[in-house]
Amino acid sequence: MRQNFMKLALIPALGLLATAAFSQQAQAAKTFVYCSEASPKTFNPQLGTDGATFNASSRPVYNRLVDFERGTTKVIPSLAEKWDVSKDGKTITFHLRKNVQFHTTPYFTPTRPFNADDVLFTFNRMLKADHPYNKVSGGVYEYFTSMDMNKLIKSIDKVDDHTVKFVLTRAEAPIIANMAMDFASILSAEYGDQLLKAKKQEMMDIQPVGTGPFVWKSYRKDSEIRYEANPTYFEGKSPLDRLVFAITKDPNVRIQKLKRGECHFVAEPPPTDLKALRADSKITVMEQEGLNVAYLGINVTKPPFDKLEVRKALAHALNRQSYIDAIYLGNAVVAKNPIPPTMWSYNEKTVDDDFDIAKSKQLLTKAGFPNGFQTTLWYMPVSRPYNPNGKKMGEMMQADLAKVGIKADLQTFDWGAYLDKARAGQHQLIMMGWTGDNGDPDNFLSVLLSCEAAKNGSNYSRWCYQPFEKLIDQAKVGSDQKARTKLYQEAQIVFKSQAPWVTLAHSKAFRAMTKNVQGYKMSPLGTDAFYGVDLK
Amino acid sequence: MFRYLLKRLAEVIPTLIGITLISFALIRLIPGDPVLLMIGERGASPEVLAEMRSAYGLDKPLPVQYGVFVGNALKGDLGTSITSSRPVSEEFSERFTATLELGVVALILAILIGLPLGVLAAVKRNSLFDYSLMTTSLIGYSMPIFWWGLILILIFSVQLGWTPVAGRMDVMYDVPHWTGFYLLDVWKSTEAWPAFKSAVSHLILPAIALGTIPLATIARMTRSSMLEVLGEDYMRTARAKGLSRTRVIFLHGLRNALVPVITVIGLMAGTIVTGAVLTETIFSWPGIGLWLVDSVRQRDYPVIQSGILLIATIIIVVNLLVDLAYAWANPRLRGK
Repeated sequence: MRQNFMKLALIPALGLLATAAFSQQAQAAKTFVYCSEASPKTFNPQLGTDGATFNASSRPVYNRLVDFERGTTKVIPSLAEKWDVSKDGKTITFHLRKNVQFHTTPYFTPTRPFNADDVLFTFNRMLKADHPYNKVSGGVYEYFTSMDMNKLIKSIDKVDDHTVKFVLTRAEAPIIANMAMDFASILSAEYGDQLLKAKKQEMMDIQPVGTGPFVWKSYRKDSEIRYEANPTYFEGKSPLDRLVFAITKDPNVRIQKLKRGECHFVAEPPPTDLKALRADSKITVMEQEGLNVAYLGINVTKPPFDKLEVRKALAHALNRQSYIDAIYLGNAVVAKNPIPPTMWSYNEKTVDDDFDIAKSKQLLTKAGFPNGFQTTLWYMPVSRPYNPNGKKMGEMMQADLAKVGIKADLQTFDWGAYLDKARAGQHQLIMMGWTGDNGDPDNFLSVLLSCEAAKNGSNYSRWCYQPFEKLIDQAKVGSDQKARTKLYQEAQIVFKSQAPWVTLAHSKAFRAMTKNVQGYKMSPLGTDAFYGVDLK
Repeated sequence: MFRYLLKRLAEVIPTLIGITLISFALIRLIPGDPVLLMIGERGASPEVLAEMRSAYGLDKPLPVQYGVFVGNALKGDLGTSITSSRPVSEEFSERFTATLELGVVALILAILIGLPLGVLAAVKRNSLFDYSLMTTSLIGYSMPIFWWGLILILIFSVQLGWTPVAGRMDVMYDVPHWTGFYLLDVWKSTEAWPAFKSAVSHLILPAIALGTIPLATIARMTRSSMLEVLGEDYMRTARAKGLSRTRVIFLHGLRNALVPVITVIGLMAGTIVTGAVLTETIFSWPGIGLWLVDSVRQRDYPVIQSGILLIATIIIVVNLLVDLAYAWANPRLRGK
């Protein structure tokens, strides 16, 4: 009886010991907690457009044929070891890396390494309407289409298991940088086949399988995402054993969590918290000039803004340095070009329109408006890294414009309506901005200022100017970066002379993390990737 | 009784139709196109926009969209979220357990504290305790939840560091999905006890914020109901028969005073849901409140219209059950 009792007493004791052992094991395993700002919309980066989706899908789970070097926009080999471009620039041949394994998960076990079939599967899903996955999960490949890849790629041919040829309809240099973008993440064709047989195609975009440094484990919307280090990652296992995204939408709550040690890393700390965070001995704040621009778009199709003198008068009337001080709290630089200074081909020689009220008045008189005029100025209803407070900036602009006799009525709408009406060209002056996707100047100059974009809506000035158009078109097809640089620099001079925007600011981006986080490199593209990061 | 049930069920149908119409129309009255919101500053060609609108069924005329929504809902298909591409019913069930857990705990807290306080205030009528309780409960009743929630966070999480700032559980604990109620699911976790403590510490502040209005209501209701009962003849008789004061108050008094209090508690389901919208937003609690607020921001039409329909249905069913319980208890109501 007594022996039985002893045995019974041993069971919970052993249980406790086992629990204690597990706790130690859990502590020994390095778990990195990232307080992210939003839930991903999907785990397939082909279908996403936002940073939260890319941070949760393409960066931890997938690789692309080429990638951006950590912390830069330099394109480096990834799943493709090298690539050749034909003389006419219309054929690109990628030579694929061998023995790269897709993730093994409870829902998929790969039987073969990554090969050309996966590349074809990935791109044909977005390219071909008859692909079995084309219509899955809504079937809208917005990034792929907006980068014009659907018109640019004529065909993709498998030369052998480790060689793929992309045939293009025209030569276009930025395509290599496009291949490093999130939407070009390589999916597993074998996983696709498995799901197709089970008639569960949509699971491909919900439970991802990639070749990346972390294996997706679980997701609870608006709560958390869990990953484990990929033990067979081709560049070596991550020093972190587990990666957890604690989805925390409120920026103030994120900061509190960081201070309390509930997370190791937060994205985009509010500028007002930076001083306190820098003073905190347990926290490191990193900063980098962002790949972005904030601008005041001038609708050149609406009088009096069709007159160059009026546009130039606006540029001289705005005291942009005061906005940098008051709104960005000094965490930005005044913009003079439409592309940021960190981007290649940035033209240092561009002469900026200095803040000069007398000159502004003079230009207005020359244009036939000695007493100014009345207009409406739309300010952004949302905060963006390139413009943290649209309303305040609008008020400061209104005061500046009043000094030269321009009476600007401030107006805004709900963000959806704002974009809707702006696309329709209902505005006169509009506050807007842009964050780059791939580090190529074309991604700013074509997307925001080309004649095509004037039709599609992302050129909110509706400015279509042939001398500028010619330069950016020429630069797009060339593969010699020196020649491209020259053309883009010239384009920036033309842009400045015609003043379709008042260029406002290039803001800095910030990240805050606990002191024990090592090896993190800020991406100029604004995404957060944790391969290479360690906890000391 | 059966006829009464049929009559009440027949009344539910126009209510549900009204709800589908209102939820469908209201969200479309707010300016902003979900497709353009998704695209953002980027802009897209008219073809891409048309393709996206067609993929989400937004290219069809409004009456057709409404017909599709109602038709599918009748078949049990509540549509697919525009932003997450997941079925609305699946998202709802995930979220609803979080709201239910928070709501139930808030209500239990409100009952456990509100009831005895109300009884005490009635017994000690016109005393300092009574006056201070009634004043405090009035403040509690009139306090905006968003403000109260923030004050709680500032004091207990930021200043004192006693509770976590937000969320449902420390992310270090990987709790397996079993019932969706974390207080139960943690027992399936390998670190059950610390995970349970983490779940409780995360739950406490939102439950207080959400439970404050019900607590104040219950305390005030119990007090006034008790006062009425305390003056009844049978109470005096019971005392005269020699029963102790405590026994009379709790056994004879509270039991009779509880009837209107229970009615109020039944009606609190609606208050809890509306309060949850604010509480969840402040505490980043991943329930239906936060889900709906985000969906409105993103103009996720299927989520809003079906989410509201589901919540309304649950409230209607709860009210129907309460009414049926009354009718069962009080036959006179059946004829009305």
